[in-house]
Amino acid sequence: MEQTNSTKPRINRFALFLTFSRITLSSFGGALFWARLGLVERQRWLTEREFVDLLTLGQLLPGPNVLNLTVMVGYRFAGWTGAAASVAGYLGWPCLVVIGMGVLYQHYGALPQVQRALAGMSIVAAGLLLATVIKLATVLPRHWRPWLFGMLAFVGVGIMRWPLLWVMGALAPWAILAAWKEKE
Amino acid sequence: MDRVDLTALFLHFLALWFVAVGGPSTILPDIHRYLVEVHQLLTSAQFAEIYTLAQVAPGPNVMYVTLIGWHLAGWAGAAATTIPLLVPATTLTLLVGHFNERHPDAPIGRAIRRGLMPITIGLMFASATILMRAVNHDWRGYLLTLLTVAVVLRKSWNPLWLLAAGALAGIVGLV
Repeated sequence: MEQTNSTKPRINRFALFLTFSRITLSSFGGALFWARLGLVERQRWLTEREFVDLLTLGQLLPGPNVLNLTVMVGYRFAGWTGAAASVAGYLGWPCLVVIGMGVLYQHYGALPQVQRALAGMSIVAAGLLLATVIKLATVLPRHWRPWLFGMLAFVGVGIMRWPLLWVMGALAPWAILAAWKEKE
Repeated sequence: MDRVDLTALFLHFLALWFVAVGGPSTILPDIHRYLVEVHQLLTSAQFAEIYTLAQVAPGPNVMYVTLIGWHLAGWAGAAATTIPLLVPATTLTLLVGHFNERHPDAPIGRAIRRGLMPITIGLMFASATILMRAVNHDWRGYLLTLLTVAVVLRKSWNPLWLLAAGALAGIVGLV
């Protein structure tokens, strides 16, 4: 039952709330790594493929992409109240935590140990993100075209540092057209 | 510092989120321009400090907007900067999510998801490399980042231990 791909279990709102709370409260240095770990590996609510699908839609819509993913996952498994429960879990705690950290930082932020610990954590967080992308890339078909589009997006935004909207505007129509023409 | 006009702040953030296609990092430069350059509510250094703090706090990185609001005007300020980010997600995203669940095999939806998937992955790879270059200053940092990647790909240890190890390495001065 854990392995099924396309069947869609009903998940209760409290479980959605708890899972997204857990994801967000472990999210040091960005939420993507933890969202994938929680939804794909721990709960197995989504396959790797479904995760990338929803993330792609989340990226396309305005707003934080993992928040959009949270809304769609909640809606998929428990309707709009499920979406509300997921968002409450995902954003409620961080609001409180970040304000608490703001208060603490006013008192202890200047300590050199704190600064060095934060620097070390952010180096590890960069590695977590890189590992997530490598795992997600395994769902790409073994065909030159998707890899070419992925590479162009990386070079445009990551190396040339062109504005995202230009890069998307130039690549997205061709990528969608190519996928449209392709039969299965 | 002048009294903060919360309504204007709210409306500005609301407008920004509707154009924030591709995530929070796309609107960061404009938030900086609005708060630091145009209205001088924060200095550039304060902005950077608040941003870094939210990066290391658990939760999505976008929570720096909450911290900015709180810094400017307490709880009311936090609400004025945080509620706008929820609006596109709870309207547009729900609609698209609804359509996607009803018609998972609609050809247009499939073409969009399939066509854009490699671009999404390429963009995330770009974010990962930009972040890696921003946090690392010498070879020891890069080594720790790559070591983290190797461990995550091979072992299923709880990554919180890796973060703790990173903090420790920072404190004793290894990185």
